[in-house]
Amino acid sequence: MPGMGFGIRIEGLSKRYGEGDTAVDALKDVNMTVAPGEVVGLIGPSGSGKSTLLKCLGAVIEPTAGKMTVGDEVIFDNGWKITDLRALRRDRIGFVFQAPYLIPFLDVTDNVALLPMLAGRSNGDSRKRAKELLEALDVGHRAQAQPSQLSGGEQQRVAIARALANQPPVILADEPTAPLDSERALAVVRILNDMARQFQTAIIVVTHDEKIIPTFKRIYHIRDGKTYEEAGQALH
Amino acid sequence: MISLAGRDILQSWSKFVLTGIGLGLLIGVTLTMAGVYRGMVDDAKVLLNNSGADLWVVQQDTQGPYAESSSLRDDVYRALLGLPGVARAANVTYLTMQVRQGDTDVRAMVVGFEPGQPGEPGYLVAGRHITRNHYEAVADIKTGFQLGDTIRIRRHDYHVVGLTRRMVSSGGDPMVFIPLKDAQEAQFLKDNDAILNERARTAANPSLNRAGVPGLLEAIQSSQNANRNVNAVLVQIAPGATAEAVAQEVRRWKHLQAFTRVQMEEILIAKLIATSARQIGMFLVILAVVSAAIVAFIIYTMTLGKIREIAVLKLIGTRNRTIASMILQQALGLGFIGFLVGKTAATVWAPFFPKFVLLESGDTMRGFVAVMAICALASTLAIRAALRVDPATAIGG
Repeated sequence: MPGMGFGIRIEGLSKRYGEGDTAVDALKDVNMTVAPGEVVGLIGPSGSGKSTLLKCLGAVIEPTAGKMTVGDEVIFDNGWKITDLRALRRDRIGFVFQAPYLIPFLDVTDNVALLPMLAGRSNGDSRKRAKELLEALDVGHRAQAQPSQLSGGEQQRVAIARALANQPPVILADEPTAPLDSERALAVVRILNDMARQFQTAIIVVTHDEKIIPTFKRIYHIRDGKTYEEAGQALH
Repeated sequence: MISLAGRDILQSWSKFVLTGIGLGLLIGVTLTMAGVYRGMVDDAKVLLNNSGADLWVVQQDTQGPYAESSSLRDDVYRALLGLPGVARAANVTYLTMQVRQGDTDVRAMVVGFEPGQPGEPGYLVAGRHITRNHYEAVADIKTGFQLGDTIRIRRHDYHVVGLTRRMVSSGGDPMVFIPLKDAQEAQFLKDNDAILNERARTAANPSLNRAGVPGLLEAIQSSQNANRNVNAVLVQIAPGATAEAVAQEVRRWKHLQAFTRVQMEEILIAKLIATSARQIGMFLVILAVVSAAIVAFIIYTMTLGKIREIAVLKLIGTRNRTIASMILQQALGLGFIGFLVGKTAATVWAPFFPKFVLLESGDTMRGFVAVMAICALASTLAIRAALRVDPATAIGG
C-alpha cells in the first residue's frame, strides 16, 4: 500500500432504503481502505450497490451506519461529523463522472478554475492553478477552448483536472472510461495513476470496463451490498 | 468569482437576444398602451390650455361643452362681461363632423370662435390667423390639410389660411377653426327642404299667419331661421379675481353652469376618458401577466435544460445562492434586453399612431422597475426547480 496513513477509510458502512417490510439494504458492512497515491477499482454488477457506495463516499446521501475517515478526519461515525457537506465535497472530494459533465458555458480553464474560485481563492490564483493542471494533463493547448470543441478524451482529462483543482485527498471516478475506446481508456487510467502518485490522492474508480480492470493493483468487488477485496495485477 | 449567468448568456447570446427581442416587442406594446393613456390625458389638458379660458360657462345642468352637449343663447356673454372679475368672454361652438376635401373626408372637430377672443388657436406653425368674417379656416396639421387647400363644411367651402398643431378634441380628432357665425350656421342651420317645410307649417298655422297683422309671418319665419345658439362661453378672469368666485356668481345669478379649469380637467380626465383609461389599465394588467408568464416559461425552460450542469455544480460545492443568483441574473438580463428593445420600439412606432402617444420618462422608469420586478418574480419558479435538484443525480446509478 503506497504512502502513509489513509486517503479514505470505510468501516462497517451500511445503507438502508425504506423501512419495515419494504426496507432494502443497499450496503451491508462495507469496509474499504485506499491509501494516498493509490488507485483502486470498485467492480460489481448492476444493482450491486456501487452507486450507493459512491454517493455515500461523496457525501450526497447519508449512510445508515458505519464510519468514514478522509485523511485524518472522521467525517461520518453513525452520523455526519461535519456540518458543511457542501464544503466537504468542494475541498476534500473530487469527482470524475462517466460523461465529463463540463459546464458548457465556461471555457476549459474556467471549468477547472471554478472549484478554487468556489473555495474562495482569487480568480488569478485559480486560473493559474487550472493552467498548471491542464498542462500536467497535456490539454494546456486547449485552455481557451469551449468544452464542445474538445474530443471525448480531452474532455475527460479536463474533468480529471477539475477533480484535482482543490487538491482533494480523495477522488471518486464513476466509470470514467465508459465512453472511450481502449486506447483512450487506458490513457485515462494511466493519467489517474500518474495524478494519484503526483498529488498523493486516493482514487476509487468504479467500473465494469474489462479493458481497464487488469490495470488496478487492488480491486474491490461489490456484490449484494458487500465488498470483497482482491489483489489485482497492475500493468504499470 | 466569475459570473456564471454572464458566461451562460455570452455562450448562447443569439438565443438570449432573440428571446429578449420577442419579450421587448411585448414590453413595447405595454409602454405604448401607457403612452396612449398619457396622450389622452395630455390631449385633454392641451385642449383646455389652448382654449385660453379660465372658466367654461355652459347650459345649466350639463357638463358641456366637451363631455355633454350644451346650448346657450349667443348674447349670454354680454351678461357675463358685466359680472365683477370677468375680463373677457367669448362664444364658442364645437361640432365633430366629417370635413370634406375633394373626394375624401377627415373626421375633425370644427370650432367656431371670434377672432382675437378666447378660443382662438394659440399659435400657428404656418400661415396666418383668420382675418375675414367668413369662409376662412385654420386647421390642425393632423387633418392633413395644407395651406391654400379648399375644404367643405356643410354647404360652404373654406380656404385654409393657417395651420396649427396639437389642437385636438378629447377624442383625438384634429380641430378645424372657422369664424363663429359660419360655425353656428354649420351646426344649427337646417337644410333647404327642412326650411321650406317649416315655412309651410308656420304659414298654415292661423294663429301665426293672421290676415290682419301684416309682417307677422315674415317676422316669425325669420326668427325660426336665425341661429342664436352657441355651445359655451369662454371666460378669462381679471387679475385679482378667482375663477371659483366668478363661477359661483354665474351659477347663482345667471342660472348657468360654470366650470373652472380644475373642474373641467376633472370632467375630461375622470369622466370623459375614464372608461378608456380603465380599458387601457386592463390591457396593461393582462400584458404584465403575459410578460411574466413568458419570462417565467423561458427561464424555467432554460433552467430545465441545465439540470445536469446544476447537479454537477451542486455536487462540486456551489452554494444554492450562487445558483439562484445565476438564474435571477439571467431573468433580469432578459428583462433588461427586453426593456431596451421595448423602449426603442415604442419610441420608433409612437409617431405613427393616429392618436398622440406620450411616452413619459416617469412611466419609462416605472416600466423598467416593473419589468425587473416581474422578471425577478418570474424567475422564482426556475430557482425553486434548480434548488430542488439533487446533487446525487450527477453521479447516476
